[in-house]
This record gives sequence, structure tokens and C-alpha cells, in this order.
Amino acid sequence: MARLNVNPTRMVLGQLKKQLRVALRGHKLMKDKRDELMKRFLDLARENKKLREEVEAAMGEIYTSFSVASAVMSPELMDEALMYPKQSVSLGVGSKNVMSVDVPVFSFETSQPEGSGIFPYGFAETSGELDTSIEKLSAIFPTLLKLAAMEKEANMLAEEIEKTRRRVNALEYVKIPQYQETIRYIQMKLDEDERATQTRLQKVKEMIAKDAIEEAKERDREALEELHSKKD
Amino acid sequence: MAKIGVIGDAASALGFKAFGLEAFPVADAEEARKVLHRIAGEDFGIIYITERFCRELQSDMAEYTGQKTPAIIPIPGVDGNFGIGMAGVKKSVERAVGADILFGGDN
Repeated sequence: MARLNVNPTRMVLGQLKKQLRVALRGHKLMKDKRDELMKRFLDLARENKKLREEVEAAMGEIYTSFSVASAVMSPELMDEALMYPKQSVSLGVGSKNVMSVDVPVFSFETSQPEGSGIFPYGFAETSGELDTSIEKLSAIFPTLLKLAAMEKEANMLAEEIEKTRRRVNALEYVKIPQYQETIRYIQMKLDEDERATQTRLQKVKEMIAKDAIEEAKERDREALEELHSKKD
Repeated sequence: MAKIGVIGDAASALGFKAFGLEAFPVADAEEARKVLHRIAGEDFGIIYITERFCRELQSDMAEYTGQKTPAIIPIPGVDGNFGIGMAGVKKSVERAVGADILFGGDN
């Protein structure tokens, strides 16, 4: 693992130690977030699957009755009957915070003229199958809406989980080892410097002591010579 | 208030129109793509797309995954169920978990 390209000084060491602490804490938090997201996601995905199966089955039925209706009626009549919808659907979009992911919450309101039902046509010229299929559609619609909200939430959570997992891995396998390596390197370097200084000091001390001894010897010799010359 | 859109072939979209959703009948995937990008910028909360077009619009749909709205949801069309919607659920599971753990056992 590559260590960071920094100067091996005490100040950098302190900074790195602080960063390592932050990274470790971040790693733990991210990991917790990932686990919780995963838990929610799995429940959601299971429900999503069930709901989708339900919707897909119901849609199949609706299309079947639509096809029957369009087989019985002429295409022009069919178009005419459905051209102007009487009912309008408006959608309320709220939001919900799931582990700091902003997911939408949908609610819907249908509005139609008073007491006239949802059929945008008279019953005289249309077939009964058309009524059935529109009725079925309005029955399945809340489920369809639920499916939309759930699937959106599942998709968003999946994305967030992927992101969080990447972050966890980046911290775990890149950032944290990098910091640890660099801290070890700086510590070793600092120790090495200290040893170098120590030996240098010892050497200097030795040299000073040697000089002092030499000087003392010199003085002794001079004193001896003086003594000898006085004797003579 | 947001709107709900349906993009699909004419036969599939017609029924939704009768129910009061905004239907956008399109003839081919190219047209569907254009409509999708146009209405995604508008005030649509949910856009349902029939599966026939979904297959070719995967990457276009993925662009909107990170946004809160619109939620783009595949639904089966008149011409049947291609299993694309289910594949989407499966894909998101694979993406999150790293392996498919929901569908492996029962199909």
C-alpha cells in the first residue's frame, strides 16, 4: 500500500493521527448506515416483487377486456368514447427521509363532475367490456401508484447502498491503511532521527573529551618540561 | 399538483387516458425517448412506460433514477408482459446486495 507523500515531521504526524481517527469513525458510521439501508431495502424489494406480480396479473386482465371491447366496437367508436376523459387525476408528491435518502411519497386525488361516475361516454353505443376494463383499471390504480412509489424508493435505496458500500470499501481498504502506513513511516523516521541525533551527540561528546584529554596531556608535558628545564 | 403520464403504444395508452391520466401514444422507441425526455422536465410525478419501449430506453430511464421525480415505472403493455419490470426489481437487488438473493430460489 502506497503511503502518502508527506514530510515526516511531528506536525504532520499529529494531523494524520487526527485524520485517521476521523476516518475510523466515518467508516463505522458508514458501515452502520449500509447495514440499516440494506435491511430496509430487502424488505422493500420483497414487497416490491409481490406487488409487481399482482399489478402485472391485473394489467393482463385489463388489456384482455380492452381487446375484447375493441373487437366488439369499431375503432372509431372506441376512440370517440375515450377521447375526452371525464375524470382527472392529480398527484400529490410528498417526501420521506429514509436514512437521509429523500424518497417521494405519492398520493392521488381524482376529480370528476358530481355524481356521474368515471365513464366518459354514454352506455348506449359502447360494449360492456369497456366498462369492465375501466372499472378494473380504477380498482387497480391505487396499487399501481403504490408500486410506483415503492419501486422508486427501492431504486433510490439501491443507488444509495451502492454509493455507501463504495465509501465503506474506500475507507476500509484504501484510506485507513494509507493513514496507518504513513503514520508508521513517520514514527519510524522520527525514531531514526532521534537515534541519529543521539549517536551524533555521543560522538561529539567523545571528541570533546578526547580534546580535553589531549589538552591535559599537553599541559602535563609542558609542566614536566618546565620542571626539567628548571632542574638543569 | 403533479401529473401522471403514460407512454405506450396507442392501444395500451388509450385505457389510461379514459381513466384520466395523461397518455402519450407513441409509435416507436425513438418517439418514446423524445416524449420521455420532454415530459420528464415537466411537472410529472410518475411516468409509466409500457415494456415494449422500456427495453430500448434503459439508459434514458437510468438518468432519472437519482432524482426524486419523475418515478419512471415499466408496466406491461397490450402486447404482453416481457418481464422487464421484474428484471428491473431484480437488477436493483443485484446492485444493492451484489448478488441476486430474491429471485434465485423460485425461478
